[in-house]
Amino acid sequence: MESSVLVIAIFVLGIIAFVVGRSRSVAISQNVGGIRFLNSLPFYYGALTALWCAIPSFLVFAVWSLFDDAIIRSAIIATLPAEAAESVGGNLNLLFNQIYNVSVDAAGSESAPDYMVAAAQHLHSMQSISRWALTGLVLACALGTSIVVWSRINPQLKARYQVERVFRSFLFLCSSLAILTTIGIVVSVLFESIRFFAMVSPIDFLFGLEWSPQMAIRADQEGSSGSFGAIPLFTGTLLIALIALIIAVPCGLMTAIFLSEYASSRIRDIIKPMLEVLAGIPTVVYGFFAALTVAPFIRDMGLSIGLDQWLPISSESALAAGLVMGVMIIPFVSSLSDDVINAVPQSLRDGALGLGSTRSEVIKQVVIPAALPGIVGGVLLAASRAIGETMIVVMAAGLAANLTLNPLDSVTTVTVQIVTLLVGDQEFDSPKTLAAFALGLMLFLVTLSLNYFALHIVKKYREQYD
Amino acid sequence: MQDTVIESKAPTAKTVQVERTKKTTKTESNAMNAKRSPTEIAESITETVGKPLAQNAKLAMRNVNVHYDQKQAVFDVNLDIAENQVVALIGPSGCGKSTFLRCLNRMNDTIDICRVEGSIQLDGMDIYDSKLDVVPLRARVGMVFQKPNPFPKSIYDNVAYGPRIHGLVNRRADLDDVVESSLRKAGLWEEVKDRLESPGTGLSGGQQQRLCIARTIAVSPEVILMDEPCSALDPIATAKIEELIAELSQNFTIAIVTHSMQQAARVSNRTAYFHLGRLVEVNETEKVFTNPDHELTEAYITGRFG
Repeated sequence: MESSVLVIAIFVLGIIAFVVGRSRSVAISQNVGGIRFLNSLPFYYGALTALWCAIPSFLVFAVWSLFDDAIIRSAIIATLPAEAAESVGGNLNLLFNQIYNVSVDAAGSESAPDYMVAAAQHLHSMQSISRWALTGLVLACALGTSIVVWSRINPQLKARYQVERVFRSFLFLCSSLAILTTIGIVVSVLFESIRFFAMVSPIDFLFGLEWSPQMAIRADQEGSSGSFGAIPLFTGTLLIALIALIIAVPCGLMTAIFLSEYASSRIRDIIKPMLEVLAGIPTVVYGFFAALTVAPFIRDMGLSIGLDQWLPISSESALAAGLVMGVMIIPFVSSLSDDVINAVPQSLRDGALGLGSTRSEVIKQVVIPAALPGIVGGVLLAASRAIGETMIVVMAAGLAANLTLNPLDSVTTVTVQIVTLLVGDQEFDSPKTLAAFALGLMLFLVTLSLNYFALHIVKKYREQYD
Repeated sequence: MQDTVIESKAPTAKTVQVERTKKTTKTESNAMNAKRSPTEIAESITETVGKPLAQNAKLAMRNVNVHYDQKQAVFDVNLDIAENQVVALIGPSGCGKSTFLRCLNRMNDTIDICRVEGSIQLDGMDIYDSKLDVVPLRARVGMVFQKPNPFPKSIYDNVAYGPRIHGLVNRRADLDDVVESSLRKAGLWEEVKDRLESPGTGLSGGQQQRLCIARTIAVSPEVILMDEPCSALDPIATAKIEELIAELSQNFTIAIVTHSMQQAARVSNRTAYFHLGRLVEVNETEKVFTNPDHELTEAYITGRFG
């Protein structure tokens, strides 16, 4: 049986096991005087039978599928004559792939040596044996375990307790999935970064003022030695993120205050969905809006008031990218702040109003301090978006790693450089590609410390209501 | 004085209609029909019995009607609250007494669908005048709520909040004095004088409520409205607040909504009984609790319903 059919079969057997287990518990309950004399509701007996049917057989299936290829392969290679290994220079992977191709495509086997055709046939037969054995084993397991459970169904069986324990483990597995993934990513980035720092000194990377990752990849190429100073990239990132936050935080916060404290419900019903639409626009669209409309406009403005006498003005600018990014993250700030401001109890507002506060005094002195943690949370989320945003910057701020604080000049960001380093054909042992991992690690550390400090500040200044 | 309105033999149009519906829908004995339910009696009330008006009225309410959208919550209430007097508002849940109380410093403005009609005058000034600023009004008519709602600030800042926003004091030392005297008046000073900087939300329920009272009197209002101030408190804390009300009544005019009839009897000079949005009876507290004029009041205070 094919693997997919087998999975479906397990599923169907599980459903059947559920029905059978449930009806048996109902039948048993008739003998003891009704369902209320069972330890658990019939549903749980059915679910227990189904779980015992599906989970062990699925585990058998998974383990078998993981290991059968490797086992078959080592068995095949063991049968090969010695000259076979010599013919491919000891590369057994290559050899096995040739055998596999022969076994799949019989027509191409004419030119193959005899031992390879024999091995291919052997492979073929072993694969079919494996498949049949797997099918038999899985079905036997599913039937066997469900029959055992089915026969053990009695009014004293604590089915609910066991089913709930299984679901609790399932919930735990789900919650650990994200954490494990994060740990995996961090570890892989960390190891690649260590390889990078073996080639480029961390001091040069952290404090170098010049970023120019172009370097000779092969010995016969001419090229510069490359310089990997990350300061210009982080300056550019922070400059653009700062501009974006200067736009988004006041605007988003004011929007949230207006929506939650002043707007009538009719206006609120119109504005809130429109803001959420703003959050749904793809960043690429923002990107070409920034590159084609905002950036030229800013350049022309700068030129028309004669700023170019003092500052370099570029057609791609940090300001254009930052402004558009700021608009993009307004909904993050406003939506989250709106939610937390609404969560501040009305009784606090009443208390302040009852003392003769004006509305603005209520907002400034009671509502905002009480809602501070949520507001900072929204701002942090927006900041992470701004730091991690790539598309707008690629299109509107350019790729030149200028070390400048002039928002009218073109700058580049960490994420943009990561993209340019990894796009194209690169070997994964040159400093150029590995630099991307080092940048990623740095970015991760920066956002992590940002979060940590923000939480710390919130803890100090929050006014907690119960 | 004898403004007896209810006369079972001369029912108003509304009563007639109610009884007619009853006859067509239910087939009950005549004996049952003769005895009307409290709801029917209350719905037929058009005028308050007892003495709703007073000589030196601090607050004078005339023909007050309150609607939430289509639903009317308060019907045609006339009531005076005299200076330095404690008036208790009692009645079953949902009878409009809290709504009525919240009209007196326009707290109902915060509810969009609420509409107040009629005239409410504070020292002869119409508080629903469209030109009137509610901020000074609420400074003159303070309010203590059912659930203690201290701000999530320090104890000191809670009490100092009102004087600060109204600019009542110029120097820090004066503010300290106001905070201390307010906390003393609220009977909380001895308990919190060593931890004025700790958060007000960390106090016990009774202390929180006294903090809220201190916060209210720090603004030196003329009238204090209390909306079931003891409903969330234990008997000991309640006793402290009641003592406090007795002391406060020397300087302030107080209107208190309460579900506890013993409390109304202990703290108030006059008692107003509400039922289904109608002000049924207003009299001296002693009279209300010993010899009420209206059958509904009597039924309520003797515990026959509610």
